[in-house]
Amino acid sequence: MTRLKADRRHAVRFSLNGKPVEAEAEPRMLLSDFLRHQLGATGTHVGCEHGVCGACTVVVDGMLTRSCLTLAAQVDGCELKTVEGIAPSADRLGVLQQAFRRNHALQCGFCTAGILMSLDHYLGKNPNPTEAEIRDLLSGHICRCTGYTPIIQAALDAAAELTSKKETSDA
Amino acid sequence: MKPPAFDYLRAGSISDVVEGLAQQGGDARVLAGGQSLMAMLNMRLAKPKLLIDIMRIKELRQIERKNDAVVIGAGVRQADLLAWPDLAEALPLVALALPWVGHVQTRSRGTICGSLAHADPSAEMPLALVALGGEVLLRNARRRRRVAAKDFFAGMMLTARADDELIEGISLPVIKGSRVAFREVARRHGDFAIVACAAMKTPNGVRLAVGGVADVPTARDWPRLEGSALDDALNAFAYELGARDDVHATARYRRDLVRMIGRDLIREVLQ
Amino acid sequence: MLQAVKSANPGHGDEPWVGRSIERVEDAALLSGRGRFIDDLGVAPGTLHATILRSPHAHADILSIDAEAAKRLPGVAAVLTGADVKAVTTSLVVGVKAPVECWPIAMDRVRYVGEPVAVVVATDRARAEDAAELINVEYRPRGAVVDPLGAIAAGAPVLHDGFPGNLASDRSFRYGDPEKAFADAPHRFSIDIRYPRNSCTPIETYGVVASHDAGEDAYEVLANFQGPFSIHTVIARALKVPGNRLRLRTPPDSGGSFGVKQGVFPYIVLIAAAARITGRPVKWIEDRLEHLTASVSATNRATTLAAAVAADGKILALDWDQVEDCGAHLRAPEPATLYRMHGNLTGAYDISHVKVRNRVVVTNKTPTGLNRGFGGPQVYFALERLVHRIAIGLDLDPLDVIRRNLIGAGAFPYRTATGALLDSGNYQEAVARAVEQGRLAELKAKRDEARAEGRLYGIGFTAVVEPSVSNMGYITTVLTAAERRKAGPKNGAQATATVGLDPVGSVTVHVASVPQGQGHRTVLSQVVADVFGLEPKDIRVNTEIDTAKDAWSIASGNYASRFAAAVAGTAKIAAERVADRVARIAASQLNVEAADIVFAKGFVASKHNPENRIAFSRVAALSHWSPGSLPDDAGQTIRETAFWTPPELTPPDDDDRINSSLCHGFIFDFCGVEIDPTTLETRIDRYVTMHDCGTILHPGMVNGQIRGGFAQALGAALLEEYGYAEDGSFLTGTLADYLLPTTTEVPEPEIFHMETPSPFTPLGAKGVGEGNCMSTPVCLANAVADALGVADITLPLVPARLAELVRGAEPPPPAGAAVAPVREGDRRLRGEGQATVKGAPEQVWAMLLDPATLQSVIPGCQRVDKVTDRHFRADVTLGIGPVTGRYRADVELFDLDPPRAVTLRGGATGALGFGSAEGRITLAPDGNGGTKLTYSYDASIGGKVASIGGRLLDGATRVIIGQFFTALARKAGGGGAEGGGFSLFALLAKMASLFGGRR
Repeated sequence: MTRLKADRRHAVRFSLNGKPVEAEAEPRMLLSDFLRHQLGATGTHVGCEHGVCGACTVVVDGMLTRSCLTLAAQVDGCELKTVEGIAPSADRLGVLQQAFRRNHALQCGFCTAGILMSLDHYLGKNPNPTEAEIRDLLSGHICRCTGYTPIIQAALDAAAELTSKKETSDA
Repeated sequence: MKPPAFDYLRAGSISDVVEGLAQQGGDARVLAGGQSLMAMLNMRLAKPKLLIDIMRIKELRQIERKNDAVVIGAGVRQADLLAWPDLAEALPLVALALPWVGHVQTRSRGTICGSLAHADPSAEMPLALVALGGEVLLRNARRRRRVAAKDFFAGMMLTARADDELIEGISLPVIKGSRVAFREVARRHGDFAIVACAAMKTPNGVRLAVGGVADVPTARDWPRLEGSALDDALNAFAYELGARDDVHATARYRRDLVRMIGRDLIREVLQ
Repeated sequence: MLQAVKSANPGHGDEPWVGRSIERVEDAALLSGRGRFIDDLGVAPGTLHATILRSPHAHADILSIDAEAAKRLPGVAAVLTGADVKAVTTSLVVGVKAPVECWPIAMDRVRYVGEPVAVVVATDRARAEDAAELINVEYRPRGAVVDPLGAIAAGAPVLHDGFPGNLASDRSFRYGDPEKAFADAPHRFSIDIRYPRNSCTPIETYGVVASHDAGEDAYEVLANFQGPFSIHTVIARALKVPGNRLRLRTPPDSGGSFGVKQGVFPYIVLIAAAARITGRPVKWIEDRLEHLTASVSATNRATTLAAAVAADGKILALDWDQVEDCGAHLRAPEPATLYRMHGNLTGAYDISHVKVRNRVVVTNKTPTGLNRGFGGPQVYFALERLVHRIAIGLDLDPLDVIRRNLIGAGAFPYRTATGALLDSGNYQEAVARAVEQGRLAELKAKRDEARAEGRLYGIGFTAVVEPSVSNMGYITTVLTAAERRKAGPKNGAQATATVGLDPVGSVTVHVASVPQGQGHRTVLSQVVADVFGLEPKDIRVNTEIDTAKDAWSIASGNYASRFAAAVAGTAKIAAERVADRVARIAASQLNVEAADIVFAKGFVASKHNPENRIAFSRVAALSHWSPGSLPDDAGQTIRETAFWTPPELTPPDDDDRINSSLCHGFIFDFCGVEIDPTTLETRIDRYVTMHDCGTILHPGMVNGQIRGGFAQALGAALLEEYGYAEDGSFLTGTLADYLLPTTTEVPEPEIFHMETPSPFTPLGAKGVGEGNCMSTPVCLANAVADALGVADITLPLVPARLAELVRGAEPPPPAGAAVAPVREGDRRLRGEGQATVKGAPEQVWAMLLDPATLQSVIPGCQRVDKVTDRHFRADVTLGIGPVTGRYRADVELFDLDPPRAVTLRGGATGALGFGSAEGRITLAPDGNGGTKLTYSYDASIGGKVASIGGRLLDGATRVIIGQFFTALARKAGGGGAEGGGFSLFALLAKMASLFGGRR
């Protein structure tokens, strides 16, 4: 049992995109704020702080997670993945990111991080999604710029490419 | 839009939880998936002095099949239950209703029991609990008790849980060979229901449970009804639920849906 | 589903970059979490954070503000109220001539829910919010008005003394001879519509970081403001500094705007004032609840539109009566929403006679401002619904009525009756192509088939002219010609662009277009690459703006779809000027005439002898390294700023004709919808949208604008409305109640294009960003009207509303059944009940009036003060489930009739909201020595809880009241010397508090 006092800052440690990180937080600090302002991982955005818009979605221990509905203290010791962790390297985009760029699946890019996280997580487990499945998955995100259909197309494109790559490498 | 200050207790055991609740009483809140509570904290609707995080307690993470019931622990996430291989066979109604709970991204964290504790009358899990006649397993530092679904929900966001009690889990009966149906109408996919209906064939007839209309999900049993007798029964039930207008729907619209969807579902399960 | 995107980067020969869907230069950073939005950027050490305490009341006087406890909280640097802000600023200018002030924070009166009342500045946001909860504001509520027609009705509560009867402006216009046309016409059709309030709600909220240099009395502000920069003058004036002492910068990225981020400007003033008062940089990031409640919205409008119509459906004249609701303050640039479309009140139609009455009213709602479509949705909803009604009335096909009225293909440039100069188009051809390519015949067959099966299927049409590039002078149409002469001319729209060559010959472009996701940097790289014969990757574009260093004008910014038509064209002009000089330099180096120079593939070469060439970068760098060796007439090539304003944008003439916009695209939409007979949900089966936006610079982005606008319009048509109760309470304060479309609601529209270049713009391009926000809501409404066979359709198309239109009488409740009380339209809660209490009425009465017993009786009561014999005050903490709040309750007793009856009136206020209630309690002997207590109540609730928890209010309130009386009866039943326990005070305090708290 650990009890963290309200008026103090406490060390929070976890693995962020494969690297150990540590910073201090009051118990009330949201994971979204902790990532952005304590760790400088500003790719995760905050759009509503009540769990509806999906912009802040990250992956915690393999679970899609609204970081605005999660306390930093709750993820102590966990493994986190954020948008900063999905490209193969800083100067190269991954398959999903490239599909987004190719399909003009983003405009302002503010909601995009959360959508990428949902898709990155989902496609890892469901390599051959239908359009309906992608629409169901992404109904937990709000995008005001694109009208969504290019995002869905990008997701299906990426899935197809990932599958064919896998088949090639398996062969 | 930042939460008020509170202590955070990462409970290692159930006794940590019930002791914390005993000490802090109504000023303590159990934090499970956080999908309702955290939003309320961010909006400062809730101001607990202590949050007790129960998600590291392994024994609360169990889904157990016990004879004719399934016991679902307080730490079981909605996604966990959806992924439970026996779900469709053991709890077909829950299998139908659960995909309507929020979105993939909230089901992955949100718990079954958290939804019950929040007691939103439009939520799907409270409806399923009432429709199935399940029980809520409560526990404080001194004793355990079981509360029947119909007695658990006391009103909008109000339950029979005492301030010092933890919802340890729920027990849902496995009803063999029962035909079930579920339908929900919401403004958008994933929204709280304007009307949600669950129907189930019973040994003597049929049960219809309705969420989103009254202050609590409400179930009604009828003998096998048809034609105008069914219409009359549904009409009376629709009015008894006390529907009200809000920004998303009128009372009349809600009653219409109870009458029409109720009839469709009852026909479906009685086929 | 999605139409194929043209290959992004094809192998290319010499074809230009403009017109190709190249990948966006913006995307790599945005897709990797490296965007630089305002809240992603660091701030100076010691920067403070602000939160804003907002009014829970729609209309009330502020009697007092007690911020002492808030100021004492550790970490709090300052609490600013209206008086503090007034000491360092002046009122924002108001867009009409009237003795009215407009402050960014309430002075002594609040006029809408969410109006700022205090600004708390602290070391971090959470602490600032802790402190804001400790501020005690005493309000005296006034009557509120939320309906635009109600606001100008006799006896309506008046918001501003300077707007008599809430009427901020009333202008009538007459073009041609409308009276005669109406008198002569065989038919007259008329429609009354109410266009709802909605907003395009970007996912990134407002953000401001401000600092003040006391030595120079100069402000530096970073804000995700979108323009127009005419607002810069408004901000500087409010801050009481000349423009050169307000340095306004924008961050590199902005998370969508759609007009909305124009509305950040009052907060710029507020946060800048906070910076000045605290002497420290202050940062404020708006949260979503603030944004929905109080940022800005589009106007709602009540319109009556009549048409004089010939037998064949030809519209001879229009008569507009528009009542525009701008909310509580007429903030700049309002009433622009009403006048933006003034030149386009005849839409795509050739109509010579027009009569207009435009009224602007204020109501107790959030002030309005820019929103995608800006005036278009309101106008076209009326016009295109009317066209649909004309067709039905004359038994004509709606498409035939549209065709009969379209402006002729040979008529361009065409001057509309109200003054717009439509630049180009061929509307007939666009309609014909859409009908064919969009397979209208197929859709009609589908409708026939569906109807034969008894299904509810309908088809809707719309034809729309989409204006773009606003004339900065159109708003002066609200003034009379005489007032305009006095004020001096306002017109035009100066676009700016700067092209620079650095010492290694690489090209930089800067514009003041402030993109919010539209990919301006990519398009500009295409435009400039074409001029210099380079590739887009060779061009680096910067779109941040810094008013202290960059070229800008009042027209700068990202609004009125001006980028493609104005800004991109201006960049082309700037690049061409530089290229001209580079050509002269190259000509002297290559020993050819300048006229023989071409730019291609990174070289500057002789047209006649392509081998005679020199690398572009080498020539480009010469201005830096060897200015002395340049030909005398070449000038420098280091940097060129072009300014461009179209001559067509003239001020309103003396007859109030105004060319309100430079460009006019054309849109023709049709769609098929099916309505579910049980749920009345609208499903869009197919949506076809044909656009002629002139020359297309980047097809992928143009389609992106169309899809995005379509989705927002779909939201406006089906889901979105900023809901207000009659008392001014805001009802849709979360994204669970203000419903935005998601992936499961938005289909792919079928998009078709035709390109008729604009003769008025450098690239032939017109704006395209707003059109579907104008065409789609009414197209869907027409289709739904067709499906249901109804005449009056109100947006949004909420299923429950459609049910009211099409469903007959409801089956009655069974005889003898208890029917739940109906909630009144004004949201008041009424109820009654009774309880039996032990003890005689006299005994109960005595307890009622004894404050000493109250504290023990009222749950959660911390203290009770007796203000007078009949006035009590208590602090109460109450909770339902997890929802807890502290309230201060006041209760007064009236009409005492001891020991038989008393009326209680009181209210409770707390951070979560307020409640007020009146109850009458009567006591009568029950015949067994006890008392029968009968009560009735009437309560209302407002504030934060009303905005964010509306769905839960009623039930929770009823539960609480029920519990209270049960507990009360039980307690009184227990008897005991001190415990008769019933207290009217407790009743009302509890009732009022809980009403306040449990919404």
